[in-house]
Amino acid sequence: MPGQNLRAATISVLVENESGVLARVIGLFSGRGYNIDSLTVAPVERDGSKSRITIVTQGTEMVIEQIKAQLDRLVPVYKVLDLSEGPHLSRELALIKVLGTGEKRAEALRLADAFRARVIDATTESFTFELTGATDKLDAFLDLMRPVGLAEVSRTGVAAIARGMKTIG
Amino acid sequence: MDGTIQAAELMNSGAEAILRALKAQGVDTIFGYPGGAVLPLYDAIFQQNEIRHILVRHEQAAVHAAEGYARSTGKVGCVLVTSGPGATNAVTGLVDALMDSIPLVCLTGQVPTHLIGNDAFQEADTTGITRQATKHNYLVKRSEDLVRVIHEAFQVARTGRPGPVLVDLPKDILINPAPYREPSSAPHRSYRPRTEPDPRRIEEAVALLKRSARPVVYAGGGVINAGPEASRLLTEFVRMTGFPCTNTLMGLGSFPASDGQYLGMLGMHGTYEANLAMHGCDVMLNLGARFDDRVTGRLNAFSPGSKKIHADIDPANINKSVAVDVAIVGDALAVLKALIAAWKHEPHVQDRAALAQWWQQIDVWRAKDSLRYTQNRDRGSIIKPQYAVEQLFKATRGRETFVTTEVGQHQMWAAQYFKFEKPNHWMTSGGLGTMGYGLPAAMGVQVAHPDALVIDIAGEASTLMNIQEMGTLAQFRLPVKIFILNNKYMGMVRQWQELLHGSRYSNSYSEALPDFVKLAESFHAVGLRAEKVEDLDRVIAEMLAVDRPVIADICVDEKENVFPMIPSGAPHNEMLLGPEHKGDNRPGVTDAGMALV
Ligand SMILES: Cc1ncc(C[n+]2csc(CCOP(=O)(O)OP(=O)(O)O)c2C)c(N)n1
Ligand SMILES: [Mg+2]
Repeated sequence: MPGQNLRAATISVLVENESGVLARVIGLFSGRGYNIDSLTVAPVERDGSKSRITIVTQGTEMVIEQIKAQLDRLVPVYKVLDLSEGPHLSRELALIKVLGTGEKRAEALRLADAFRARVIDATTESFTFELTGATDKLDAFLDLMRPVGLAEVSRTGVAAIARGMKTIG
Repeated sequence: MDGTIQAAELMNSGAEAILRALKAQGVDTIFGYPGGAVLPLYDAIFQQNEIRHILVRHEQAAVHAAEGYARSTGKVGCVLVTSGPGATNAVTGLVDALMDSIPLVCLTGQVPTHLIGNDAFQEADTTGITRQATKHNYLVKRSEDLVRVIHEAFQVARTGRPGPVLVDLPKDILINPAPYREPSSAPHRSYRPRTEPDPRRIEEAVALLKRSARPVVYAGGGVINAGPEASRLLTEFVRMTGFPCTNTLMGLGSFPASDGQYLGMLGMHGTYEANLAMHGCDVMLNLGARFDDRVTGRLNAFSPGSKKIHADIDPANINKSVAVDVAIVGDALAVLKALIAAWKHEPHVQDRAALAQWWQQIDVWRAKDSLRYTQNRDRGSIIKPQYAVEQLFKATRGRETFVTTEVGQHQMWAAQYFKFEKPNHWMTSGGLGTMGYGLPAAMGVQVAHPDALVIDIAGEASTLMNIQEMGTLAQFRLPVKIFILNNKYMGMVRQWQELLHGSRYSNSYSEALPDFVKLAESFHAVGLRAEKVEDLDRVIAEMLAVDRPVIADICVDEKENVFPMIPSGAPHNEMLLGPEHKGDNRPGVTDAGMALV
């Protein structure tokens, strides 16, 4: 069968900001056995009437098309945009707590500097860094932090937007 | 956000506002069952005469009845149940309607808004439970939203791919005054289903169809849902093209069964000619069907050499399981109009000689007569279930007849041997396969068509799943005929156990059955029984002659199986034929097929 290769997709969904809308989207993914690698949601209109959901998922081409069609038929969905069909920007934010003293602590700080992570909290035995970037940059940073005392991570998941003039409108 | 600003009129209670909205939506019948949370609505119903309330005996039956009502009229069915257990009892019906794309609005009671989330008496998270069981659902939390939500529920249920919509109504919302507004003609904010097909896709489709040598039209429930005009146009299109046409279980009646171009039903228990035409065609036109696994058989062997055109109102149905060459998103009526216009317009001349050759091939398959069976007519002979359906069909010809079914072998025999000429006269639970569907669905059909003949072709096991509705039939004088093909088995289960599990009939015998004649009588209905072949016509005649509900207990051959059969996991060209065709069969079920059920 054609299209058996897996691909990753970043899908933006503009929805009516009503109760249950997120449950509908998540229920669709769990009910139909689709993957969710990351999901973020927040209101984007000034009056709070619309929210934007960004989903990172994987599947065959046929499954990705299914996901988009299934999302699109939900009543409170205004628009579904597959950002991975064109150039786009993806960013995540992570808060990263590293515990340690001595040389490890110094090394953590050097690495953070190289990644342009900001120190947003510190004690004599801990740092909390804030790092923004694409998912793979965050992953790389966390890999480096592990041996120098990585203790806890909180990530926002991916927010994404198309490059250039294109909008979800 | 409505485009038209209308003055709102304050109604004394939410319940009154709801009833007014229902009337504005054309509701004349509600199928329901009361309880504490919906008492304000029942009180409002008591004080008016325009909307009739049919009191069922179980909430599942209310939903199936509304489905029968909707499928036989083309209108939106309406259901009213109470909170908690009322709502949970309705869930099976909702999923059934969702799978078969039946437009319904189900109103559920809910505990008062201030108690929601407190584990209050008869509280259930109804919108949570039914989120995946409905096309959409709402919880009304503010009186000012109430009427808008009711109107919107009907719009969502009826438009696009139809389906069930649930509105959860806290008791205080039913009691407090609420503003009433007429339905707005403004389009929905976010929900805008596409119904008009893209003309370029239509042209591509017609170009393929005109150049085909071995075409087939495969029409499903989407054609029925698009209204009777769509079925008329399907017939017109098939006749003008000269193509063979097959129907899915859901599509029966969209094309006249008596037409020479009709191949019968396709799929797991479809005819030899329908399935082999699907397998061997070079261009397939799918109108409003969804390549269901009961139709395709093994996917990677499904119609391997054909170009596929798929028209569906739901884009999510297209390229879901079968990759197609031309995808047309649109309502079947609009698609058929466009196809007919484009067919007339496209200059390419059809290769009629190739088509004639294709028909010759089809006629060879037809000559196999795959639905053949033998009924011994000697006195005392056991009745074959196929014969019972055929005799019933013959006896009802010329009468306005609606048929519902339960689920099992009898359902397939009804689909195979009862012939439908018109849409909206056949209601069966196709997608979910819900035993217990047929009796309440027949009830809903009879409410909508009081003078018509409404028959539930049933199995003895399925009938018991909603047998309490005999009470509803009696109360509302609904002369539904329940025609039980009583084989004393969950026959379809027994058939699979015979073919796939070494005849180990685990828990499929219908032990301790009631006496259906006495059971009918105790429910104020007529009970009849046919034990031998000579009883059959008389029992059918008696059943059809009485203007009361009837249970006809037809004792049929316990060992009969449904053929043809495409075993799970097999391609269409590896069909099992019945005992009449000994020697023709290739080996059937593969190990992979066992798992596919
Ligand atoms: C609610 C429900 N439970 C279980 C099944 C599985 N099932 C399918 S057919 C069948 C047997 C039906 O028996 P009967 O009504 O006597 O019909 P027959 O096959 O004998 O004609 C069963 C148990 C089902 N379809 N629905
Ligand atoms: Mg049975």
